[in-house]
Amino acid sequence: MNDAPYIIEIEDLQTRFGQHIVHQNLDLRVRQGEILTLVGGSGSGKTTLLRQMLGLETPAGGVVKIFGSSRYNCNPALNKSIRSRTGVLFQQGALFSALTVYDNVALPLRELRILDEQTIHDLVMVKLNMVAIEPEHANKMPANLSGGMIKRVSLARALALDPELLFLDEPTAGLDPELSESFVQLILDMRRELNLTIVMVTHDIDTLAALSDRIAVLADRKVVAAGTLEEIHHYPHPFIKNFFKTMHNKHQLIGNRE
Amino acid sequence: MNKHKSVSDWYQLVDDGTVQRLILTGNLTLAALDSNFRQLSGELSRHARNARILWDLSDIQRMDTAGIVLLWKVWGKKRPDTLILRPEHEKMLKRIESLPETAPRLKKRNPLWAIHAIGAPFLLFWANLSGMIMMVGQLALDSLFFLRHPALIPWREISANLYRTGTQALGITALVGFLIGVVLSYLSSEQLQMFGADIFIVNILGISIIRELGPLLAAILVAGRSGSSMTAQLGVMRVTQELDALTVMGIPHSQRLIFPKIIGLGLAMPLLVLWTSAIALIGGMVAAEIQLGLSYHYFVHTLPESVPIGNLWLGLGKGVVCGMAIALIACHFGLRIKPNTESLGEGTTTSVVTAITIVIIIDAIFAIVFSDVGIVR
Repeated sequence: MNDAPYIIEIEDLQTRFGQHIVHQNLDLRVRQGEILTLVGGSGSGKTTLLRQMLGLETPAGGVVKIFGSSRYNCNPALNKSIRSRTGVLFQQGALFSALTVYDNVALPLRELRILDEQTIHDLVMVKLNMVAIEPEHANKMPANLSGGMIKRVSLARALALDPELLFLDEPTAGLDPELSESFVQLILDMRRELNLTIVMVTHDIDTLAALSDRIAVLADRKVVAAGTLEEIHHYPHPFIKNFFKTMHNKHQLIGNRE
Repeated sequence: MNKHKSVSDWYQLVDDGTVQRLILTGNLTLAALDSNFRQLSGELSRHARNARILWDLSDIQRMDTAGIVLLWKVWGKKRPDTLILRPEHEKMLKRIESLPETAPRLKKRNPLWAIHAIGAPFLLFWANLSGMIMMVGQLALDSLFFLRHPALIPWREISANLYRTGTQALGITALVGFLIGVVLSYLSSEQLQMFGADIFIVNILGISIIRELGPLLAAILVAGRSGSSMTAQLGVMRVTQELDALTVMGIPHSQRLIFPKIIGLGLAMPLLVLWTSAIALIGGMVAAEIQLGLSYHYFVHTLPESVPIGNLWLGLGKGVVCGMAIALIACHFGLRIKPNTESLGEGTTTSVVTAITIVIIIDAIFAIVFSDVGIVR
C-alpha cells in the first residue's frame, strides 16, 4: 500500500481571501487506494482545499496536481478526462432539483454520448442498487426524498462514471447515527468493490475512525500533521488534543451510560 | 490515450480444437473503452451467439460496472454456460443478477390527452385567478388589521420597497421616457409640418404622453424590473425554506412580505409615472425645438391650456392601479413556486408576462371607462 503512486500532490499552496490568509505553504499528498480525511476547526479551509482539488477555485499560489497533471491551466481534453475520473459527493447532495433520481444518475452517463439508452438504464439501476435505493424511487424528484436518500442518490451519481477518485464533503452530516453508520459501511463496500481513492472532509469522529486510513490535520494555515489515527493521536498540537479530548469524552459518556 | 487502440485489443479468440475460448484482456472500464464501447459490444455479441464458447474473464486487469453491464447485455441478460471469472468479478455479476427486471420507462400517452391538454390550462387559469382574488381579500383584511393596529405597520419594509422599486428605477425610466419623447415628437412634427399645424405638437405630445405613454411605459418597465425580482425573491425564499422559517416564527407572509410590496409599489408607481411623463415631455420639447423651432417657453406655456388637468390624474390613477396589480401578480406567482430550480425560472417568466399583459388590459379598461375625462371637445 505504501508504495502506491501519489494520485494527488499539493505543493506550497497559498490561498487568500482579501487580506485573510487561509493557507500558506500547505503540502499534502494522497496515495492511490487510500482514504484520507481532512480535519480541522471551522474556518481552517478544509472545504476550500477540497474545492481547489476539484478545480472549482484557483489558489493564489502553489501547485495542485491530480493524476500527475496540474489541476490548473490544463487543456480542455485533459481537464475532461480528470473530471470523468473523479466523483464528488457535495455536502447538500447538489442533486439537480428539476430532474428525477433516475435522470440525475443518468446525466453524466448521457453526457459521454457513447452509451445507448439500454446500457445507461442498466448502469443506473446497478448504481442505485449499490447505494440501496429501491427501483420504485427512481422516478421521484429530489424534493420528495429524505436527507439520507439524497446523500445516497448523490453518491450513486458521483459513482456513475466509475471514478478512481472520490471526494466526500461531510458525507454523514445531517444523518442519524444508524443511517450514518450504514452510509459508512456503504462507502467501505464501494471502496472494496471499485478500488477507490477517497478524500473526505468530516467532523464526525465515528466516521473518521471507521473510514480513514490516514488523517491530515489542517491548522495554522497548513497541514500540521498527517498520518494514521494512532500517529496523529499523540501529536502535540492544541487543536489535535482538543479534538481527541471530545472523542474520549464521547466514549466515556457512552461508557458511563452503560 | 486509447484513441488508436483497436477493439481487438480487448479480446482474443483461442481455438484449441476441443473448445473455443474467448479471453478478455486489458481494462474493461468506461474510461478505457471510451468510444470503442459500442463496437466492442457489437463484436462480442456476434461471438455470444455461439453458445458453446468459453468465456474467460480471469485475464482482465480492471473491470468496472460499465464493463460488467456491457458483458451482461452481450450475454443476453443471463450467465453463459461456461464462464471463468475471478471472485471480485463474481460479486459484481451477482449484483446484476439480483437486480429486478425493469425496462427503461417509456412515455405512455394518456388516451384522454386531448381533454387534458384543453382542460389543464383552464384549471390553471382558474387556480391563478382564485389565488389572486384570495390575495386581494387578504390584502383588504391586512389593511383593516393595520388600521386598527397602526403601530404594527411595517414601515421599514414599505420604505425599502419604495426605494428598490422607485428610486432605483429612476435611471432606466428616464432614459426610455426621454428617447420615446424624442422619437414621438420628431415623427409627429414631420407630419404636422405638412399641414402647417406645427403648434399642435404640444397637444399631441401632452395628451399622448401624460394620458397614455408615460403610465404605460413606466408600468411595463416596472413589471419587467421589479415584478421579476419580487417573484424571484419569494421563490428563492421558498427554495431555501425561509418562508417556512417566517411562518414558524409566527410572522404571516401576507403582512410582512406581500403587504409592503403591494403598498410600496402602489406608492412608487404614480411617482414613477410622473417622472417618466415629465422626462418624456422634456425629450419631446427638445426635439420640437430642433425640428420645428418651437421655443421651450411657448411649449411650457401652452401645455396647461392644451392638456386638461384630468389627464394627469388619470395617468397617476393608472399608475396606482398598475403598480398594485404588478406587485400582486409578482407575489402570487412567487408564492406558487415549488422548491426546484425549473419552477423558479418558469414562475418568474409567467409573472412578468402576466404582469405586462394585465398592465395593458388595465390601460384599455381605463381608456373605455374614462373616455370622457380630460378630452377637450
